[in-house]
Amino acid sequence: MAKVKGAVVVDTEQCKGCDLCVVACPSDVLSLSKEANAKGYNYSFMSSPDDCVGCAACAYVCPDACITVYKVKI
Amino acid sequence: MNIIDSANLVYRKTPVMTDLTMHYCPGCSHGVVHKLVAEVIDEMDIQDKTIGIAPVGCAVFAYKYIDIDWQQAAHGRAPALATAVKRLLPDRYVFTYQGDGDLAAIGTAETIHACNRGENIVIIFINNGIYGMTGGQMAPTTLDGMKTATSPSGRSVPLNGYPLDMTKLLAELDGTCYVTRQSVHSLGAVRKTKKALRKAFENSMLEKGTSVIEVVSTCNSGWKMTPDESNKWMVENMFPKYPMGDLKDR
Repeated sequence: MAKVKGAVVVDTEQCKGCDLCVVACPSDVLSLSKEANAKGYNYSFMSSPDDCVGCAACAYVCPDACITVYKVKI
Repeated sequence: MNIIDSANLVYRKTPVMTDLTMHYCPGCSHGVVHKLVAEVIDEMDIQDKTIGIAPVGCAVFAYKYIDIDWQQAAHGRAPALATAVKRLLPDRYVFTYQGDGDLAAIGTAETIHACNRGENIVIIFINNGIYGMTGGQMAPTTLDGMKTATSPSGRSVPLNGYPLDMTKLLAELDGTCYVTRQSVHSLGAVRKTKKALRKAFENSMLEKGTSVIEVVSTCNSGWKMTPDESNKWMVENMFPKYPMGDLKDR
């Protein structure tokens, strides 16, 4: 069976750390960073990048449209 | 292996949205709905033919975030302005974007009469049961018992009346062709709302009447909860009073 591997890129300066993408992710890939961006928000990042399947659930629910999603079949 | 490559792109911010960071609070439903409107405009390729009417409320600056033509109406008067725009430029897609304080309180007359005349416009109604921008005061749509800045011990029906179900009211009017209630709290809900928006925009060119899309939304800062908690609170408390689904489709 073909395996799918995904990756997300978060625009860390636009991210407001609302946590909705972290909750929406079915594979628990995302977490909020301990670092803050220029506005003081703890932005979202891929804490377990190997588990990402590129389903884009995080990007669909992101209110600030700061997530870009990529996916490949391997 | 390099996954991050334009050939592998699955989802990106639509180019119909501007690069500005939105002024909304973290986790606000407005951002998702703005994004869906922009995506529908992008997919239908109508960026040059769409005119939005911005309301008074948090979404007053909607014109800064979606790259189309806009007008900004006086409080509650968006359907009246949309009527004029659509009648003067019938080849344009015209939509209003209004909150519950705008549409269900000060703009009740304009909304009901525009829908009753069956104007060929789209009305997007964001219902979060509160006046978000001014500090979380009670709105006509506030639930029975819901605590707000002006009802600190909860809304009381003998004192304040019943929560106003505007969408149900509008579905009864002969002028509306498509009336639906959606939300944006989960992936499935976001997809359904996008489909509803697309259908509403298509209806506005078929001279069928007014399309109304209520999006039951959260106001996490007004409700004093985290974005995730307010989504759960909305499902538990808002959905029984404002159930999801199409109220009218003809």
